[in-house]
Amino acid sequence: MLDAQLGKRRGEFTLDVAFQARAGDTTVLVGESGAGKTSVLRLLTGLDRLDEGRVLLDGTALADGGVGVHVPAWQRSIGYVAQDYALFPHLSVRENVAFGLRADGVPARRVTPAVMAALELVGIATLADRLPHQLSGGQQQRAALARALVLEPRLLLLDEPLSSLDIQTRRALRLELRALLQRLLCVTVYVTHSPIEALVFGDQVVVLDGGRVAQAGSRGELLRYPRSPFVAELVGTNLFIGRPAEGPPNGGALGGPALIRTPEGAVAIGDTGAPGAVYLTVSPREIMLSRTLPEGSPQNVFAGPVLELIPEPPGGERVRVVLATQPPLVAEVTREAVASLALTEGMPVYAAFKATGVHRYT
Amino acid sequence: MRETALRFTAVLAVGLLILLLGLPLVSLVLRIPPADLLARLRDPVIIQALRLSLATSLAATALVTALGLPMAYLLATTEFRGKRVLEAFIDLPMVLPPTVAGVALLTAFGRTGLAGGALGALGVSLPFTTLGVVVAQSFVAAPFFIGAARAGFAEVDRKYLDAAATLRAAPTYAFLRVLVPLAAPSLLAGAAMSWARALGEFGATITFAGNMPGVTQTMPLAVYLALQTDLDAAVALSVLLLLVSLAVLLSIRYMPCHVAALAVRARRAAR
Repeated sequence: MLDAQLGKRRGEFTLDVAFQARAGDTTVLVGESGAGKTSVLRLLTGLDRLDEGRVLLDGTALADGGVGVHVPAWQRSIGYVAQDYALFPHLSVRENVAFGLRADGVPARRVTPAVMAALELVGIATLADRLPHQLSGGQQQRAALARALVLEPRLLLLDEPLSSLDIQTRRALRLELRALLQRLLCVTVYVTHSPIEALVFGDQVVVLDGGRVAQAGSRGELLRYPRSPFVAELVGTNLFIGRPAEGPPNGGALGGPALIRTPEGAVAIGDTGAPGAVYLTVSPREIMLSRTLPEGSPQNVFAGPVLELIPEPPGGERVRVVLATQPPLVAEVTREAVASLALTEGMPVYAAFKATGVHRYT
Repeated sequence: MRETALRFTAVLAVGLLILLLGLPLVSLVLRIPPADLLARLRDPVIIQALRLSLATSLAATALVTALGLPMAYLLATTEFRGKRVLEAFIDLPMVLPPTVAGVALLTAFGRTGLAGGALGALGVSLPFTTLGVVVAQSFVAAPFFIGAARAGFAEVDRKYLDAAATLRAAPTYAFLRVLVPLAAPSLLAGAAMSWARALGEFGATITFAGNMPGVTQTMPLAVYLALQTDLDAAVALSVLLLLVSLAVLLSIRYMPCHVAALAVRARRAAR
């Protein structure tokens, strides 16, 4: 169990991040560059000192800004895989993996079997005598992982472990790495800028934005209940934050749809529920596009030009359509729909969705 | 036209420079037939001076390396008040006239010097002893090693030290097992340069340690002495020193990749 409350000031940038991570789980820290991901890792490793807050690992304080406790990195039970792996160029793979054990004073007769076991775990036992520069990117990644895991750390820290690999290797290694991480019993903190990796690896996902936690929760919570535009973009949905409109609902005789006012415009939903701030999400698949004003049931119609057309992998069967409407929307339609509407970037369209297609939560 | 004139001037400058630097070396070697050189090298006086020079210069290099490593690390990794001043003092022996260095050493470690009394109480005497030669050589050679080692340490990417720290390596362990091996080419180049400087040391040695055959008379001193009586002997000694110096410089030029390859091969063999 990791309990981290991290406060650090560096020039203009202030980091103020708190989260907990359970042993056996992978906690993903996701955010754009500059969000503070690497700063968090450096504080957890002990390479940097906390200004405020504390780091508790299984109840033991590794660092406490208040009372000035700072266990140096080399005395912490951690494994750290840096973004570019930082394998020692002058040592073979075998010696790289043995480095931590030797530094820790493990007797030589126990080093060799432990090193071989770690190399076998990551599948590069046959490359033990290579030097780092003789390895491919994926092999270097495995070597760095073996070097960290051989120490049997209680806290494993991975900094963008897949980002310096080419796309094909990344896809293959993603599955393999996930299977490996699921078997580990330690606390694993995984840093990435990739929403896909966050959702693939994260038993728990902590979204960082501008040095703060934008939202934290399970994969499912994030997907269903995004609470900031940043998280909504991350999980690929349309989010509105607003309040119920004052006065009686402006619908028809049967009560009709109620309105939620958001800074970008009003959205009609089934019913307003309790007063106070509400979050609304609309799945991009709920949004219908047309070139003329739609008739019939949709209660929400917005007009605006197409900003961008992004074919969705694999194969581009579906296409994400980014719209410059007010509020801005993202729709996801089939390739056939794009063709029949003859959608092009810059073309004005109507985007419509039903009040019942809106997911509301507080 | 201007381009042609400038080109001509540049070629002329290069030619003059080669003449200035190369002619003395070539004429030195041409002055004595190789057979004579070999014969001269069997002269016991020369052998004695050569042996003393090798022993003292190697001892000075070892001393400078051992004492210089921590200082180079400090200068490469730490910022502190007065660092510029310290750096200037460390570099001072490079620009100081060696005879001035010798006088300074006398005032410090001479019998009546600042630390002379304390050394005397310990039964150690530096002036006019072989140990004094080593001290004089170390004094002038130290900046060469410290400068190269400092640059070498600064070139090593911090990420390797960070990685070592997360792999249970205490700072001194990381220094010895990561920083020193990664900076090895620069460290070896620095050691070679300071060795060459120690080998050629003259002014500080003759001022501080004197010129006693077998005790403090190193090769450069023997050259100077021979010049008074026997020009050919001086030439033979000079050619010998020239060849040694050239060998050092060439080995530095070709060393880095070579040493790294050797180190890897040695480790493989050890396993």
